[in-house]
Amino acid sequence: MFGAGGGTSAYQEVEDTDLVLLWGSNARETHPIYFHHVLQGLRKGAQLYVVDPRRTTTARWARGHLPLDVGTDIALAHAMGRVILDAGLENRAFIERATTGFDEYVRAVEPWTLERAQQVTGVDAGLIRETALAYARADRAQLCWTLGITEHHNAVDNVRALIDLALLTGHVGRWGSGLVPLRGQNNVQGGGDMGAIPNKLPGGYDVADDEHRGRFERAWGSTVPAVKGLHLSQMFEAMERREVRAVYVVGENPAESEADVAHARALLTGLDHLVVQDIFRTATAELADVVLPSCADWCEYEGTVTSSERRVQRVRKALDPPGEARPDTWILHEMARRLGHDWGQPSAEEVWDELRSLSLDWHAGMSYARLEAEGGLQWPCPGLDHPGTPTMHTRLWERDPALRGAPAPFAPVEHAGPLDELSAEFPLRLTTVRRLDSYNSGVQTGGYASPLRRDEALCVDPADAEALGIRDGERVRMVSRRGAVEAPVRFDPAARPGLAFITPHFSEQVDVNLITNEAWDPQSGTSEFKATAIRIEKLDVGSRTAAAETRVPVAGS
Amino acid sequence: MTTVDLGTIRRLVSVTVDDVEHRVPEGATIMDVLDSAGADTPRLCQAPNLTPVNACRVCVVEVEGSRPLVPSCARRVEDGMVVRTDTDRVAHSRRMVLELLGSANDMSQAGDDVARWSIEYGADPERYGPVGPPAAAGERGNRHAGHHSAPDGETRATVAQPVTVDNDLYVRDYARCILCYKCVEACGTDAQNTFAIAVAGRGFDATISTEFAVPLPDSACVYCGNCIGVCPTGALKSVAEHERREAGVWDPEGETVTSTICSFCGVGCTLELHVQDNTIVNVTSPHDHSVTHGHLCIKGRFGFQHVQNVAPPRDR
Repeated sequence: MFGAGGGTSAYQEVEDTDLVLLWGSNARETHPIYFHHVLQGLRKGAQLYVVDPRRTTTARWARGHLPLDVGTDIALAHAMGRVILDAGLENRAFIERATTGFDEYVRAVEPWTLERAQQVTGVDAGLIRETALAYARADRAQLCWTLGITEHHNAVDNVRALIDLALLTGHVGRWGSGLVPLRGQNNVQGGGDMGAIPNKLPGGYDVADDEHRGRFERAWGSTVPAVKGLHLSQMFEAMERREVRAVYVVGENPAESEADVAHARALLTGLDHLVVQDIFRTATAELADVVLPSCADWCEYEGTVTSSERRVQRVRKALDPPGEARPDTWILHEMARRLGHDWGQPSAEEVWDELRSLSLDWHAGMSYARLEAEGGLQWPCPGLDHPGTPTMHTRLWERDPALRGAPAPFAPVEHAGPLDELSAEFPLRLTTVRRLDSYNSGVQTGGYASPLRRDEALCVDPADAEALGIRDGERVRMVSRRGAVEAPVRFDPAARPGLAFITPHFSEQVDVNLITNEAWDPQSGTSEFKATAIRIEKLDVGSRTAAAETRVPVAGS
Repeated sequence: MTTVDLGTIRRLVSVTVDDVEHRVPEGATIMDVLDSAGADTPRLCQAPNLTPVNACRVCVVEVEGSRPLVPSCARRVEDGMVVRTDTDRVAHSRRMVLELLGSANDMSQAGDDVARWSIEYGADPERYGPVGPPAAAGERGNRHAGHHSAPDGETRATVAQPVTVDNDLYVRDYARCILCYKCVEACGTDAQNTFAIAVAGRGFDATISTEFAVPLPDSACVYCGNCIGVCPTGALKSVAEHERREAGVWDPEGETVTSTICSFCGVGCTLELHVQDNTIVNVTSPHDHSVTHGHLCIKGRFGFQHVQNVAPPRDR
């Protein structure tokens, strides 16, 4: 944010804060060790507020749980902003010194009275007011979010609305006050930092920045396109238009993980050439022309990953990889050699040192020796004598305008509900969630014996089920505008009337992405996994759906 | 107004240990002073990532002006404090703790430190006679206060009992349990805050127990394994380690330990992969890392089967 795609705070800060606002995050289950830090904060007296449609295990720790309707986050955030403004609790000094666009923001939140917000979000107006006032009055506050904010068609707008709250109250850039997106994988942060984003070069430099792009071009001895590339959702659209005819998939399983997955599989199957590089023969690999078996780099090779607090840490080889598996970098270099570019086979440290020579602001000071000795370092770390940066954007608090730098802009974003609208035909909101003991499409967690694991089920509120005459455990068909899948029903206290949920962990049991909505956020490319409109149908005895036949074999099952 | 106090700068205080003066920050424990001075202070229930619970009493020292011996792990230093570790009373007390624990518990997996301290302090559990008969499976966990019979004096009392194996991830070998409370602390407010286990019963019948002594799968346990991570005697261990020991292929000398980062979310927990024969046998985390403080979740500690080159226990 503010030009650097990373959380602003160190984990330690949540232990030293007065208030924690977890928004669209079930950190107790999805980021358990971060939640240990939250719990230490609570034990020291901090207050916890949780915004989540479900009554999660995280919400049970909260002083206030705001069970909003799926996809109404901006309405809720704006209503909170309006409450804070009405109470005169905005941080005027910070706003005047360090931000722009405040007047537009005031106009954007003006329509969001508590009454209207309660109507749109379903959250009690008094609770919205209490949360807003508590956030504004806290000396220090941490605002954290996860996929509940970002797996929507307007993901970036959702994030901007949360950042607005931090700017309004000055809860950023100070120890204990900040914004923390909790990343879902060990190197989501690092992948972006290394330039695996369509508009960025390694180190966060924009591809359109001639000066910095020039440095990369000189170092690499080749031309780097100055225009933004395609993100994943755009790639699938380009496949649809038959502009992209060959795809090289590295460590991703889109044949199971994409929304509206039947469509995604059809596009992958229709390619001229599909290469899959993975540690498993995934569902995507089953569709491939060539499969390149790679090492599990976190334990079978060397390198670095970057966490949600911008901490770069070493991964190391502990096991010999099986069979023909090779490190990803080995495969890439070998690929280059066979395409006529002999880059040799540099060690992981040599690759890293090249990155350090180019990512001047963020990584230049992070030698392997320092990463080893200091337990990782947090970027920006521009020099070997720089200690790293636990708290970002402290510059916004500088008195000297020159040191303060560019102001942080408010974003007057507009609320827009889920694209997959509820209707008489599809009256129930389905959201996808994660469980403590499983991970994404289950390729990696399917193999270990978790005593917590239960068979996949559509988790519903008993009232919704009983209205349809459905019993706990009964197998049903759930139908969306894109397809239908069968699943057993489970009554679950985390659901509530009108809201059902299911995980993506066991697609071999319930291929839920057959019915999720691929509509994606134009700014981030993230699909609307969190908001699917469905109906539940009772099954006739012995009936089978067509959907069951579209299943493809999967790894880890 | 802030509700969470961030504390103030700590000043230095003077402490005299065995006639040597030390300058240490206020708030330090006596054990901190002893450790920084290089003393070999025995400890069982103490861990740097847990709140001291004063359970084992093996780290006791004499403090001038204090009638009882003082647990050095918990007592904070005060300016002018005079500490003695070299007295007969301290040595005798430490010997009795090691001897009595050794007489009732199987300390054979408690590590080299305990073995060294037992020799150093002259602990001799054998002098209490032959070991009494072990309890039947589940019996000790279901005793009620006052319902046990008095010892016959011919054999020494024991907590020996069969290993509890009621899930696929870890075993509870309570014949080794010394009631140090570390697992309870890690499951409770010091880390996991799940509160699946506590100390139940009184006196010699006290045990670590789930609620109503139900099997782990019926308890609140979420299998983070942080109890295993802090257990000092091998009473709690992974199924992988238990099976290897049972099969006689446990090979600590051939073990390598490699630090890496967990792949299962974006928090970035440091994992120490304990590998024997190209197979991960245990996963721990260093207690002095700011991210984990030594604690992990179920995925980090147990979710490695997908990179193993051998089948999981249930498929063998």
